[in-house]
Amino acid sequence: MSSIREFFASRVGIISVGAFIGVFAALLQKWGNPGNMGICVACFDRDIAGAIGLHRAAVVQYLRPEILGFVLGAMVAAFAFKEFRPRAGSAPIVRFVLGMLAMIGALVFLGCPWRALLRLAGGDGNAIFGLLGLVAGIWIGTLFFKRGYNLGRTQSTYASVGWLFPLIILGLLALRLIFPQVPDKDLSGILFYSVKGPGSQHAALAVSLAVGLAVGLVAQRSRFCTMGALRDLILFRQIHLFSGMLALLIAAFLTNLVLSQFKPGFANQPVAHTMEIWNFMGMVVAGLAFALAGGCPGRQLFMAGEGDGDAAVFVLGMIAGAAVSHNFGLASSPQGVGPYGITAVIVSLAVLLFIGFTMRQKTA
Amino acid sequence: MSDLIDARGLSCPQPVLITLEKLKSLDQGELVVLVDTDTSKENVIRAASSLGWQVKDVNAAGVEYKLTLEKA
Repeated sequence: MSSIREFFASRVGIISVGAFIGVFAALLQKWGNPGNMGICVACFDRDIAGAIGLHRAAVVQYLRPEILGFVLGAMVAAFAFKEFRPRAGSAPIVRFVLGMLAMIGALVFLGCPWRALLRLAGGDGNAIFGLLGLVAGIWIGTLFFKRGYNLGRTQSTYASVGWLFPLIILGLLALRLIFPQVPDKDLSGILFYSVKGPGSQHAALAVSLAVGLAVGLVAQRSRFCTMGALRDLILFRQIHLFSGMLALLIAAFLTNLVLSQFKPGFANQPVAHTMEIWNFMGMVVAGLAFALAGGCPGRQLFMAGEGDGDAAVFVLGMIAGAAVSHNFGLASSPQGVGPYGITAVIVSLAVLLFIGFTMRQKTA
Repeated sequence: MSDLIDARGLSCPQPVLITLEKLKSLDQGELVVLVDTDTSKENVIRAASSLGWQVKDVNAAGVEYKLTLEKA
């Protein structure tokens, strides 16, 4: 057990995990997931919001099993290595709002950091602007860290607090099993499905769930985090997590080459638009929100699986943010930004700066 | 008596940030850091090693770790 522990904490460990995610994300595209969207935590949380009717954008409704697998896989890993730590109480309302803003920003760009890498690995040049925005957003976050920004300490709490989010996830899995997709129907029992668009493109349930569980297991062990990767690079000149992020990009790129999925260009890329400034600005918002919340959307799911109630609140905030984005016309589409997308970016940025400037606490 | 940092309950990157700040101000000697997640434990150890500090002792007490760092 301790040698497995050491492997995942090592440089080779984090690189292996990044490569694993890259290969399987590209394969998931082959197996049915949307283009350059083998795994996208933001998009998939958004699809889940659609599946349970929190928004009614007909093309993005699917209860993505990968997300459920991430949480449950991380939970299993946490238990196996005695790392399940029920904890909560570090400014939950702020974490909820950060989750909402992160999602609003990510949906202006159309992807979480993982998908930004997958888009680049698939040849989508627009992802470059998104990744630059991500770096810029996280860099702003590091300036707040240096000024003493933090959301206060968490507290250890009842085991059942840590259980609550994984139980919600199990409940969603039960719904997915009870109400499977009916061909050409957009409703099965109480769950919504997409009959066309990205929401209709998905790998088989068992495949998605299996990959999700495996990713959850290894990512929990290795603490894989794309926000942490850039933050540690900027703040500490440390390349540990960054090497994992790079491995994801390279592995996905090579897998795409092998599968003939690499199509370089800017126009007509799958689920993407070409408005450079807003691809950049959307990810500035998302990157800053991830930084202030202490993790990229994937990492928040894994921490929620480890019993972190604050990370769970962030995830719920993301799902609420997806609903807001689609209900209020903030989310982009392949045609470009939504009618209120630009306003949303400006307002979100203002709220993030308010949070960053005002939440400082002496801890040492 | 060695210096003490209580990083329990703090989320990333705070434990590393305050540990590094302290290590730089100490330059050498001994520092005890309290953390309560494995992620923080690994991150603090990694950061300390990068500055040439050794991990003298890792003491697990319940759900917490007491890390003793030293540099001669």
